[in-house]
Amino acid sequence: MSDVTTTVHTDHQDHAHPPGLQHHFTNMTQQFEAAKLGMWLFLVTEVLLFGGLFVGYGIMHSKHPEAFVAAHHHLDWRLGALNTIVLLLSSFTMVMGVWAAQTGQRKKLIAFLLLTIILAMVFMGVKYVEYSHKFHEGLLPGKFYSHQGDTVPGQFMFFSFYFMMTGLHGIHVLLGIVAILWITFRAWRGHFSAQYYGPVDIVGLYWHLVDLIWIYLFPLMYLIS
Amino acid sequence: MNWFRDFLLPKSAASNTGDVDGLFMFISWLTVFFFFFNGGLIWYAVRKWRRRSNNDITPHITHDTKLEVIWSVIPLIVVMFIFFWGFRGYVRAWVVPNDALEIVVTGKKWVWEFEYPDGSRSLNDLHVPLNKPVKLVMHSEDVIHSFFVPAFRIKRDVIPGRYTELWFTATEPGIHQVYCTEYCGRGHSDMLARIFADTPEQYEVFLREGDEQVRKMPLKELGKLVYENKGCATCHSIDGTRGQGPSFKGIYGHELKDAAGKTHTVDANYIRDSILNPQAVVVAGYEPIMPTFQGLLREREILGMIEYIKSLQ
Amino acid sequence: MADAMTPTAAHSHPDYLSENKGLWNWLTTVDHKRIGLMYLWSVATFMIIGGLLALVIRLELLTPKQTIMSAELYNRAFTLHGAIMTFLVIIPAIPAILGNFALPLLLGAKDVAFPRLNLASLYVYWIGAAMAVSTLLLGGVDTGWTFYTPYSTTTGGGVSMMVLAAFVLGFSSIFTGLNFIATTHKLRAPGMGWFQLPLFVWGMYSTAIIQILATPVLGITLLLLVMERVFHIGIFDPQLGGDPVLFQHFFWFYSHPAVYIMILPAMAVMSEVIPTFSKKSIFGYKAIAFSSVAIALLGFLVWAHHMFVAGMSLFAGAIFSFLTFFIAIPSAIKVFNWIATMWRGSIDLKVPMLYAINFLLIFTIGGLTGLFLASLSTDVHLHDTYFVVSHFHYVMAGSNMIALLAGLHYWWPKMYGRMYNNTLATIACTLIFIGFNATFLPQFVMGSRGMPRRYYNYLEQFQTMHVASTIGSWILAAGLFLALATLLASLRKPKDAVPNPWNGRTFEWEAGSPPITHNFEHTPVCIYSPYDYRENPVPIAEEEKSAH
Repeated sequence: MSDVTTTVHTDHQDHAHPPGLQHHFTNMTQQFEAAKLGMWLFLVTEVLLFGGLFVGYGIMHSKHPEAFVAAHHHLDWRLGALNTIVLLLSSFTMVMGVWAAQTGQRKKLIAFLLLTIILAMVFMGVKYVEYSHKFHEGLLPGKFYSHQGDTVPGQFMFFSFYFMMTGLHGIHVLLGIVAILWITFRAWRGHFSAQYYGPVDIVGLYWHLVDLIWIYLFPLMYLIS
Repeated sequence: MNWFRDFLLPKSAASNTGDVDGLFMFISWLTVFFFFFNGGLIWYAVRKWRRRSNNDITPHITHDTKLEVIWSVIPLIVVMFIFFWGFRGYVRAWVVPNDALEIVVTGKKWVWEFEYPDGSRSLNDLHVPLNKPVKLVMHSEDVIHSFFVPAFRIKRDVIPGRYTELWFTATEPGIHQVYCTEYCGRGHSDMLARIFADTPEQYEVFLREGDEQVRKMPLKELGKLVYENKGCATCHSIDGTRGQGPSFKGIYGHELKDAAGKTHTVDANYIRDSILNPQAVVVAGYEPIMPTFQGLLREREILGMIEYIKSLQ
Repeated sequence: MADAMTPTAAHSHPDYLSENKGLWNWLTTVDHKRIGLMYLWSVATFMIIGGLLALVIRLELLTPKQTIMSAELYNRAFTLHGAIMTFLVIIPAIPAILGNFALPLLLGAKDVAFPRLNLASLYVYWIGAAMAVSTLLLGGVDTGWTFYTPYSTTTGGGVSMMVLAAFVLGFSSIFTGLNFIATTHKLRAPGMGWFQLPLFVWGMYSTAIIQILATPVLGITLLLLVMERVFHIGIFDPQLGGDPVLFQHFFWFYSHPAVYIMILPAMAVMSEVIPTFSKKSIFGYKAIAFSSVAIALLGFLVWAHHMFVAGMSLFAGAIFSFLTFFIAIPSAIKVFNWIATMWRGSIDLKVPMLYAINFLLIFTIGGLTGLFLASLSTDVHLHDTYFVVSHFHYVMAGSNMIALLAGLHYWWPKMYGRMYNNTLATIACTLIFIGFNATFLPQFVMGSRGMPRRYYNYLEQFQTMHVASTIGSWILAAGLFLALATLLASLRKPKDAVPNPWNGRTFEWEAGSPPITHNFEHTPVCIYSPYDYRENPVPIAEEEKSAH
């Protein structure tokens, strides 16, 4: 009278598990697909998190267009463009890393991951230069804004958004560096193979999102008119 | 069925309420009907098909498209009907008549201030002429408040940094209660006001000489009224408990120290100055938060206040 | 169905409660059932705290002016009540307790897709809860749980901490939702297609969509609020060129969908309990499944109906009112479907079914009173009055809490392997029904007569109804206490529950009561519909063939 009959006999101890397969998945494909779906869902939440800031920026920009345009002249678009190129390059090296993982080339994988980390650090270095320059000039968010000689009032709000958005993005870059370091460590320990490379793929997805957000941030902050 | 309406809604006192009340009562009856309809069906089902044994056999019914379409479409028609009815009322409440009398309303913690076209002002008491449209132009000096007159079925938020509008035509003479309905802190529930719907004669007199109470009451009683209605009670107690400001109990004739340590005797002039220019002398240990009542109290009301405080020994 | 489980198989592994005992094993477990139980007791603790606050608030309102506390304290009490009940109780309640416990079992899975993430969500919940409670040491929070600006950016106390707590709790909710979506997609039992999912799963899936899409927006909104408090960034401050009403848009963009995080799981429980105790197939499976998804998606388009009096344009008001009414349809469809499921069934008035009927009545009132608030002209009168307070307690507190109790009494034998005292649980259910209505029906009348919400002091004309409401709250508290005590008392007995005490058809009743750590001795295979109550169930494959 039950709605099931217990036909398939899958006792978790009976089978030899491939390395990296967790007990509650039946095979590697299922585990990989689940993890990938999970990552995509996480990326959706990330997009919405930044989305809120983008909407806030858009509304305040339309409310104070002159102040925003005047304020953005304090940013150096060349540094922004440099960082855009650096991040695009790092996305490329990440893609190559995933490819190396899929084809089971451990040394290349480690090399590309390290290259990605270096590029990420270059990005943070440039950000550091930009931030310290702003701090020095008193271009700070909210009540700490102390820049002298503004002709258009209300520029502090642009810098509120500048620091919140690039700051939140910067935190994501830092978390990305940590995640890639972890992947590199696991690669060095020989955890990955052509059969099992899920974590590399997933961290790669995350890294592309970080890159993508910057591609939207760059024109919004540096190139408005 | 008027008893049901009178039970659920306060007595209507303005034009334009008929539409709102009609819709309100329609949905009320709908709610009552469907509660008993659903409840009745459940009751019937439980009575008739109560389990007799665990081997009961039930029919295998998975769906019935016709029935499901019916019970989707009927509610849809009903709610669309409600939507248009509600929208009609909203539009009517939106469009302000051109000849409306304009009054500026300022909300601040925790009083309502009204400014009339002639520039005179009043606190917490708004006098309006009967049967004449009145438009309120409202803004807030601090946080968001909301101006709610149940008897007129109107409400609108009062927001810092922008103006919101509200209009009504009072049709019932008498006093109508105003509430603040957007939470604004400690005095939120005391941020009340009254709308006096005056006959043309009463309104004339009000414009010329101010409130009837101000003209005729004994000073001490007037002071008590001012104390209760103009927001004093929110910060100053009359039983000696410490509030945002010093208690009035026994304060008259005593000496107080200000923050700088200077001594002041509480007499008629001290009270008058404290009402009109409260920041000049702030008693030690209290925050300088009291707003000025300059232009908001008539001379006789200040005298009343002095008499009232004098009486609190 | 007990015969399907051979006695020898049932004893080859210890059940999940007996295996690896000890606090440390519980704190480091990744077993969805144990995590569900830890959520149960965490949420129950906060429900008691929030409930006691509610009793204190009702007691204060027994008389106008001061009854037992000052206005400052009252404002802090209702804020804490709202924040605890929303973020720590109602939002996690059914998904994190019943969802965690039952969803993998219903799918025939060994666990959720990401067990460690699941445990992380519990720890994040605890951290968020600790932060929320710590605001008491920072002078409390007096903003109301909605944190409206500019009040929330100008008042003192632990507002930033409370806001950060809600931010952190959002992650807990996101982790749970993410897990449920991935689990439903990837870990269904062999043979289980999307339309063989038990409807509880559909409800959880719809809830998870909202958790994923809405929570991040609340997260960023709350961060902006903290930034406003710390840095005066200006976005919500009119004096700095910002817009305080913008906060309300941001806030309700999450928090309106969030009310469906509260009601969809409640509906999900109903769709399991009612067929089981009617011994009859659920009526309109697809209508119920799709209406859950419809509510989840429509829920994103109606947020601004919280702002009809906040100064939006006529056109915007009309659009949001219009869209809001569409939510009424899937809700009505569900109620009719449940009643139709009972129709010609074999109705067993066991405790979970009594709670289900309780839910149907309470939700009918809660849903219909929503029409007053969706309609523009009546909402203007009722906005921010006790009518609204009562309405959202009917749908959020009443419906959600009663559904939680229905689900708890339904799955309790599965959770702990023990049956509770039927008589006492029935009395508790009755007291809850009487108490709830006695508390909140007077509030509808008070509200439509003009009593504003969040009022410490009130005019004397409202006192009679306040007294009735306060007395109701005592009955409600007595009922809830009795329900809790009855469940707890059952734990002192030895395990006495059979695997399938209610003759359910879904997979969890195939497992032992309580199940083993990996749930099933043998991976179940889905052959029949989860609601096939015929004497001789017809396999899905054959049924589909005959349909063509």
